[in-house]
Amino acid sequence: MTGVEIRQAVLEILERIAPDEDLSDLDDAVAFREQMELDSMDFLDIVMELRKGYRVQIPEEDYHNLNTMQSTVDYLTPKMKDVPVAG
Amino acid sequence: MALDDRIVITGIGLASPNGNNLAEFRQNLLDGKSGVVDYETRYMPPVLAGVCNFDELRYQKRKEVRRGTRAGSIAVYCSNEAVADSGLNWDSVPKDRVGVYLGITEHGNVETENEIYEISQFDYDTKVWSHHHNPRTVANNPAGEVTLNLGVTGPHLTIGAACAAGNAGFIQAAQMLRLGECDVAIAGGVSESIHTFGIFASFQSQGALANHEDPTKACRPFDTQRNGIVVAEGGGICTVERLTDALARGATIYAEIIGHAMNSDASDFVLPNSTRQAECVRLALSRAGISAGDVDIVSSHATATEQGDIEEAKALKAVFDGTPAAINNTKSFIGHAMGAAGALELLGNLPSFDDGMAHATINLENPDTRCVLPNLVANEPRNMGEVNCILNNSFGMLGINSVVIVKTYRS
Repeated sequence: MTGVEIRQAVLEILERIAPDEDLSDLDDAVAFREQMELDSMDFLDIVMELRKGYRVQIPEEDYHNLNTMQSTVDYLTPKMKDVPVAG
Repeated sequence: MALDDRIVITGIGLASPNGNNLAEFRQNLLDGKSGVVDYETRYMPPVLAGVCNFDELRYQKRKEVRRGTRAGSIAVYCSNEAVADSGLNWDSVPKDRVGVYLGITEHGNVETENEIYEISQFDYDTKVWSHHHNPRTVANNPAGEVTLNLGVTGPHLTIGAACAAGNAGFIQAAQMLRLGECDVAIAGGVSESIHTFGIFASFQSQGALANHEDPTKACRPFDTQRNGIVVAEGGGICTVERLTDALARGATIYAEIIGHAMNSDASDFVLPNSTRQAECVRLALSRAGISAGDVDIVSSHATATEQGDIEEAKALKAVFDGTPAAINNTKSFIGHAMGAAGALELLGNLPSFDDGMAHATINLENPDTRCVLPNLVANEPRNMGEVNCILNNSFGMLGINSVVIVKTYRS
């Protein structure tokens, strides 16, 4: 998957775990938590959805990388480069 | 009884397979309208169930629905409806003086089954087991979700009481109000049981799961053509207060809880015991300070299992034979709403105080001679003229019996 495709995958995960949010204006450089109502359980949902959908394992010490959309995509790009788009 | 010990129902919220508020529910009970439909559950051929259709998003965000459980959503909906109906100025109610007491038959099976199914799609890798599993399955979940939603900081708990649980929620509320543990109780019962295949499969294995080509005719208490239980979901929740508090704020009083009792059969895991049931009814009558002849309507528990119907009929005959008490049954309309059953069955009868009607038990075409009850209200509602006292039976597995008696409140 490319960075653009990974961004779309993460966006779809966010839409599922935060269905009341309007994500059309999500700023990739700003922390998710500053733009959305997300708590620690929601962050675990992001980790879980990536694990289930794309078999990506994210160790706890790396969770800080899921701060913004940009940092998330940057972190996931090497991990998901061989994942087919279909997920 | 001291005025402070007198307990009244002041607000009602409910979700039933045939109604999302008391007026709708009542009208459908009087009109003979069933809420039983065809239903798909995991692993099994199609079954029948009582399915609710309330607006989950009226009081919850989509994220809250996703985060919580079906029982939680039912509880949140019914609690908000009850609070709104009560006329309480919720913003000014001290939230630390509110208690939430909800009866449940079971809780957690739905989420556990869902997670096991989910990990089965991942070769049983437990790393995909949800971190939401524990907060969804703790036994207090439905009541806890109500406290989160309504900002209640007083006590909350669920009362695990099998199918006697709806009454048990009201009884717990009355006791806690008398003890001064809270000033307003949000109480009743809820059930999400149709979302666990296990309850259907277990009744099927027990030979106690109803089937019928017409779903509306599947639940047939006291009828020879009955063939078991129709599982339903739902909730019946009330605001319950001390009479003194209700009078002080000029509340509408739906009913006074004048008597209640719970006991145990101590005889079998699943088979009911008419002797203990009759003892429970008599204990509630005694505590209410009334006799069987003072009861106008008996809301029966009967689930349309052969043994269950026969045992309850024996108990009712032992206590009410020779009295004018009309006997009816709500499950014939909506199926067995498990933890909500006792609550819904009481609440659906409360409008009798105003309209003087006893709703029927439907689908009674061939009365079983082993459980003939002379005053059974068969198939069509009965005009009682005046109704002042209702006795509500609710019994469950492991031999748990509960009875609540309510009366019109007259100042």
